[in-house]
Amino acid sequence: MYAFQYHRPQSVADAAALLASDSEAKILAGGHTLLPTMKQRLAGPKTIVDLGHVAELKGITKSGNALVIGAMTTHAEVAGSEVVRGAIPNLARLATMIGDAHVRHRGTIGGSVANNDPAADYPAAVLALNATVVTNKREIKADDFFKGLFSTALQDGEIITRLSFPIPGKFGYAKFAQPASLFALVGVAVAQTGSSARVAVTGAGSSGVFRQTAMEGALGKGWSAQSLAGIATDAGKMMSDIHGDSAYRAHLVGVMAKRAVAQAG
Amino acid sequence: MSATGIGASVRRKEDQRFITGKGHYTDDINRPGQAYAVFVRSPHAHATIKKIDTAAALKSPGCLAVYTGADVAADKVGGLICGWMIHSKDGSPMKAGAHPALASGKVRYVGDHVAVVIAETLAQAKDAAEKVGVDYDTLSAAVDVATAQSNGQPQVHEEAPNNTVYQWHLGDKAAVDAAFAGAKHVTKIDLVNNRLIPNAIEPRAAIGEYDSGTDSLTLYTTSQNPHVARLVLAAFIGLAPEHKLRVIAPDVGGGFGSKIFIYAEEVICLWAARKINRSVKWTGDRSEAFLADAHGRDHATHAELALDGDGKILALRASTKANLGAYLSTFASSVPTYLYAPLLSGQYNIPAIYCEVDGVYTNTAPVDAYRGAGRPEATFVVERLVEVAARETGTDPAEFRRKNFITAFPHQTPVIMAYDAGDYDACLRKALELADYGGIGARKAESAKKGMKRGIGLSAYIEACGIAPSAAVGSLGAGVGLWESAEVRVNPTGSVEVLTGSHSHGQGHETTFAQLVSGRLGIPIEQVTVVHGDTDKVQFGMGTYGSRSGAVGMSAIYHAIDKVIVKAKKVAGFVLAVPEESVDFKDGIFSSTATNNTLTFPEVALQAYIAHKFTGAQLEPGLKEGAFFDPTNFTFPSGVHICELEIDPDTGATRIDRWTAVDDFGELINPMIVEGQVHGGVAQGVGQALLEGAVYDKSGQLVTASFMDYAMPRASNLPSIKLAMSHTRCPSNPLGIKGCGEAGAIAAPAAVMNAITDALGHENIAMPATPLAVWRAAQKSPTKMAAE
Ligand SMILES: Cc1cc2nc3c(=O)[nH]c(=O)nc-3n(C[C@H](O)[C@H](O)[C@H](O)COP(=O)(O)OP(=O)(O)OC[C@H]3O[C@@H](n4cnc5c(N)ncnc54)[C@H](O)[C@@H]3O)c2cc1C
Repeated sequence: MYAFQYHRPQSVADAAALLASDSEAKILAGGHTLLPTMKQRLAGPKTIVDLGHVAELKGITKSGNALVIGAMTTHAEVAGSEVVRGAIPNLARLATMIGDAHVRHRGTIGGSVANNDPAADYPAAVLALNATVVTNKREIKADDFFKGLFSTALQDGEIITRLSFPIPGKFGYAKFAQPASLFALVGVAVAQTGSSARVAVTGAGSSGVFRQTAMEGALGKGWSAQSLAGIATDAGKMMSDIHGDSAYRAHLVGVMAKRAVAQAG
Repeated sequence: MSATGIGASVRRKEDQRFITGKGHYTDDINRPGQAYAVFVRSPHAHATIKKIDTAAALKSPGCLAVYTGADVAADKVGGLICGWMIHSKDGSPMKAGAHPALASGKVRYVGDHVAVVIAETLAQAKDAAEKVGVDYDTLSAAVDVATAQSNGQPQVHEEAPNNTVYQWHLGDKAAVDAAFAGAKHVTKIDLVNNRLIPNAIEPRAAIGEYDSGTDSLTLYTTSQNPHVARLVLAAFIGLAPEHKLRVIAPDVGGGFGSKIFIYAEEVICLWAARKINRSVKWTGDRSEAFLADAHGRDHATHAELALDGDGKILALRASTKANLGAYLSTFASSVPTYLYAPLLSGQYNIPAIYCEVDGVYTNTAPVDAYRGAGRPEATFVVERLVEVAARETGTDPAEFRRKNFITAFPHQTPVIMAYDAGDYDACLRKALELADYGGIGARKAESAKKGMKRGIGLSAYIEACGIAPSAAVGSLGAGVGLWESAEVRVNPTGSVEVLTGSHSHGQGHETTFAQLVSGRLGIPIEQVTVVHGDTDKVQFGMGTYGSRSGAVGMSAIYHAIDKVIVKAKKVAGFVLAVPEESVDFKDGIFSSTATNNTLTFPEVALQAYIAHKFTGAQLEPGLKEGAFFDPTNFTFPSGVHICELEIDPDTGATRIDRWTAVDDFGELINPMIVEGQVHGGVAQGVGQALLEGAVYDKSGQLVTASFMDYAMPRASNLPSIKLAMSHTRCPSNPLGIKGCGEAGAIAAPAAVMNAITDALGHENIAMPATPLAVWRAAQKSPTKMAAE
């Protein structure tokens, strides 16, 4: 690790001011992505702004037809929340599938979404559920938020404050874990709102989380695992590594999509 | 059996300190005035070093020194050695390249040591290390063991043309060829035994310390065998004479073989400590462990089995290319030769065996012993061959094995080993029963209904443990003897310190060794302390590996206790005023037919030290005895493991549903610890079969260089293990024990792969059987095997 200045603001406004003071400043949430890169000297920010003591970034509420989760809410809190389980049960279930117990008690939904790791679980849910990413500056629709591998619509110093998930009719998420990291080798989230369906895929796409529109069309016509039969995913747009070549990943998208629909009920 | 003696499942004494965070590991040690070392490592698999610029690093704040290969050479620091001489078929000695502690002229693998930077703090050492400028001329790399010997491949060492270290063989080729010529059926397989990265929980660490007052050196290090480290550092590397060098291996957090070897970092910390007259500490991080700890396995093998018309094995032949990496690590040469081929008879009566092994240099991390060392590789060959042969001949795999089992002992195999005792059918019978082998058909049908493929696989393994009779290994090229030493020091109040040359790094010696003493001397186990891992305390010892600490290390303690009892009886004779021959010792009490008086062990101990009841002319005071134990044979643990698993053909995911293990370890000292050893071994074997595998790309970069890509087994990858024991006593040591530390890792890979291929219906899959590999294999249609 290189030396850095550590700040612990109590409010979003103070955090924003600190971030504005150094264009290379980094937000620290759960630290489960940021700290390993700093320890390995792959990142060397001079200013660290820890959001861990900003009370307004925490908490889970149901507000109208939306489930609102504060950015600093940990995966374990989402997994254990009665509010989440009541509103979108399989979102709570998704949170139980992230990493291990240590990770779930440190890692945050804001950090995960801001980081946009192409194999992270939440981005698939955010995209399938057509959620809104709320920052200290604006509201960003999921379709406009994810911009590719580790890249988002966030500007320098912009702070995610919460995520707002419209409560769907049905939601399911099926994950096939990469054997070493347990991140998603392929994860598919499916949501039905009214008669329209959204399908989002993580882990597989060479430009990160994406919507599988052919599947959305099929599910829009008939919500069942069988309606996905024969719908291929373009292997040319899949990632390839030692854990899964593009053909395997493309195949798994189909398998996991069916399982997600079955889980959603 | 006493409550804390041999055979009791005593809770591990050492766990109190480990579980409460009071363990004392090398990195917990900090010496006055200590400086920190960071190694500059090669980012290239193969390159010429044109120039190393250390000026900027030396100016970096806190930097004390930067050393390169030139400094090591100037000080005539000896190179790292390989301690086992292997001769090729043509009689020529193996061709080993130089192995300097810091690279000289060339780097040969990613992670190779180019320079060391020493600074006041670790952060300053890292800062300075970033400023060392190394100018490389990159060369293409020889990475794949299958092709590294071809003409035109990059040469790792000039000394070894075509990257061939040796071309070794064992067995009677003519007899084997004749048997194959007359065979009714020949089974042929090609196998890869995947390269593993050990990943002990504690990364390696070393502190070198120099005392200018006595001109002596101390090394604190993560070692499985501190005395061997001292011997090598003194006699070959020449850092200090043996009596001026102390090596301390305190608590060590797992080794699995990877901490047997003497590494460059240890040499450099010691050497640099004298140069800068400061203690020098290095603690490896996980990334360094991935790159530069000695890896394990990495064989490519073609093997064949010849059968007669009745399904009896006539002969076996195997041809193996063993990847030894870029340099020969301490015991690298022996692992794919004498620790491998002599086990190719398995549990079977095989009249003729021939094995040839090429030891091959590549631009990858050095490869050396890893849990099982050679024996897992042999078992994998034998148990895959036998399984495929059974399938090809339409014989039940259990029946095929039974038909070929060795049933009479002693049994001389055609490949060196003389098996002394065993009952292979007893293990098989029990395992088949516990696994409900008969019900597999119904369970397969149940799985098929859910769209799953179920398979079952056996592995009837044998290993040679209790390594090893010194004369025998000496005749095979070992540079050392493999006996063990012990000293039993009785204190005046009757408590006991056992000094052993074995080293515990997870095995539980502090408990099991104490059980032996507690049981035999009739004293509470709390009264016994086990001392190990310090060359200033224990006179000499060979360390822990090869499941040798029980069979060899405890046998030495056993004999030292014998001597203590003999002496104590003499003391008791004087105190009781009875003839020495009349004194009996049982359950901690000295008695005699000549008197009604008795003495306890502590009473006799006190009398031995106050020496009031005998004169110096009659008896030496004190109660302390030592023994060296050199076994007369290897020990031969054996057993049968059965793996039953289910494959999801849609995803390639494999779930192990049942695991049955029936092992014959001879007598057990602590059944709970033995079970734990089997569990851990099976976990590592399952890891090898399903998850683990070091992958280098064509340029020699390690793709699996972190836990993000290198998959270790987790609890969720394992079922609850059904475990039972069978017992045949080992005749070659006084305790009758065979050793249990490696069995699981030896048995498991073949059991898993036999089950997977059973489920798939064909043999076209290699380890690790990752979901990707299994999914691909599941696309291929089953082959109906028919006898040739
Ligand atoms: C061993 C391990 C296993 C894991 N397994 C999984 C898995 O299976 N699935 C999965 O999805 N994830 C997994 N993760 C990732 C983890 O769950 C976290 O989601 C992830 O590390 C990011 O969250 P964090 O709170 O730790 O963020 P940090 O590491 O603190 O920050 C990550 C990045 O986001 C930025 N950031 C953080 N919060 C905000 C905010 N509110 N506004 C704007 N920017 C912000 C930071 O500046 C930084 O650049 C794993 C992590 C580890 C270490």
